Amino acid sequence: MSALASCSKVTKRFGRFTAVREVDLQVGPGEIVGLLGANGAGKTTLIRMLLGLLSTSSGEVALFGEPPSRLTRSRIGYVPQGLGLYDDLSPAENMAFAAAIFGAGGTALPAPVRPYARELVGSLPLGVQRQVAFAQALAHHPDLLVLDEPTSGVGPLSRARLWETIGDAAEAGAGVLVTTHYMEEAQECGRLVIMADGRVVAAGTAAEIVGNRQVIVVEAESWSAAFRALEQAGLQVALAGRGLRVPGASSAQVRRALGDLPAAVRQVPATLEERFFELTQQAPAPEAAS
Amino acid sequence: MTGHDAMVAAARPDGAGPPAWGADEVCVVYGKTVALDCVTVAALPGQVTAVVGGDGAGKSTLLRCLAGALTPDSGTVRRPVKERSGYFPASSGIYPDLTVAENLDFRARGYGISRQVARQRAAEYLDRAGLARASGRLAGQLSGGMRQKLAVIAAMLHHPDLIVLDEPTTGVDPVSRSGLWWLIARAAAEGCAIVLATTYLDEAERCASVLVLDSGTVLASGTAEKIVAAMPGSLRAVAARPEGEPAARSWRRAGTWRGWDPDSGRLDAGPAGRHVITPDLQDAVTVAALAATPGGAA
Repeated sequence: MSALASCSKVTKRFGRFTAVREVDLQVGPGEIVGLLGANGAGKTTLIRMLLGLLSTSSGEVALFGEPPSRLTRSRIGYVPQGLGLYDDLSPAENMAFAAAIFGAGGTALPAPVRPYARELVGSLPLGVQRQVAFAQALAHHPDLLVLDEPTSGVGPLSRARLWETIGDAAEAGAGVLVTTHYMEEAQECGRLVIMADGRVVAAGTAAEIVGNRQVIVVEAESWSAAFRALEQAGLQVALAGRGLRVPGASSAQVRRALGDLPAAVRQVPATLEERFFELTQQAPAPEAAS
Repeated sequence: MTGHDAMVAAARPDGAGPPAWGADEVCVVYGKTVALDCVTVAALPGQVTAVVGGDGAGKSTLLRCLAGALTPDSGTVRRPVKERSGYFPASSGIYPDLTVAENLDFRARGYGISRQVARQRAAEYLDRAGLARASGRLAGQLSGGMRQKLAVIAAMLHHPDLIVLDEPTTGVDPVSRSGLWWLIARAAAEGCAIVLATTYLDEAERCASVLVLDSGTVLASGTAEKIVAAMPGSLRAVAARPEGEPAARSWRRAGTWRGWDPDSGRLDAGPAGRHVITPDLQDAVTVAALAATPGGAA
């Protein structure tokens, strides 16, 4: 299986600042790859190089086996974070405009958008706007779909429906590269690539990345007293329903910090988010502090 | 109960215990649109309550009622006097042309907190939220996540009894989100009642109680466990997308399909190749939204 998009040892420097360091990344046909990382990790720079909007400092980017160009761009569907729609055009006008640019035929509006066909995009609910952006990006049957935070701000059912659209495109053979800040969404990806400080710090399925990591959960009679005790011991504490999670601490450390407070302490499998923090906080601090 | 009374006194429903804030059977109508239809939510001291739903669900309208920024058409709102509540509107309420420190100083003066106490608290919150080095920067030059953290600090600086946060984490990167959640936990640990809106169910799961809204009505409420336990029918994991009518009651989840059967009990054995699974909050909320969709339930 040849990769649709491929980065090998790609580096991008801006002056003395290195935004992307020796990154390897492949997206194959039918694959959904999630790109995770904090702000400043280098995700957007990497995507801009893939789209051909930015040149590399070193390393190679290939799209469909060739260097990025206007021709390769015509085989990509891209939904930016800001959606890239014209607010003062209707959904149908937006789609007709995109179809004309890509030389694609007309495409029917998706069912959830039809009731809004004549309204201006700027006045539509966010979930509907996202459906329009997706339909527009898919209208020319792209081989590679690049989605930047595709479902930010939409409700659970709308999000599930948007993911169906993404899944359908992948099943039809398109490769999909998705950036997201949400681990819930990362679970939808077949494979994940985690970046920190310009580097890839982990790659694989969510289960492979989490591995057998464990985290301590505390259920205390008074969660606020437990929170204060754990805080004072310098441990990281996170809310979890009526309990607390203490990533990175051993059960002995937690029990010592809790002292006489009545609390149940147990180990549970770590979440992807907890593993993400463990991986990204190991990375060296960025050179240029913002 | 109907009426036109957004009230401002601390209610002690049982005459003793701590005041319980919240909204009872609140309705809000904008023109012909019913933004909230008889919504009830409680906000208890030391607890975080999540209001979940998509765009247009009514989250912001409910939060504006709780913050006293909007008077409902009927129903009752129980909230502290203005000086004892903190509100983080979706637009964050921060002055872009003041520095981080100036924004907090200004806020503290408005609430009549002494300069020394305010600075001490601000220093700790800024430090724990990863903003300590940004205190001299103009708020307008902060990244989105940093600005959200500043706005939450501004809402909690005066140790209010109730904090209302409208989607503090939307569009925020995981590192800033973790800082925001620390601030939220800290405020709750100090005894504050917190109500926050989110579109993400992994965030709702961190909260002591969850209210699921859709088109202004309550789809589900209670602890995450209670909402999951109350899910009607049963759920199966299916390898491929179901055909025909069941497709409307199915959705993609982590590469496979979930199929909801409203009529069978949770313990019924499924046909071969279909496995009954234990739902989580994400499943239960999706089912609640499907059940509320015309043609989705039966």
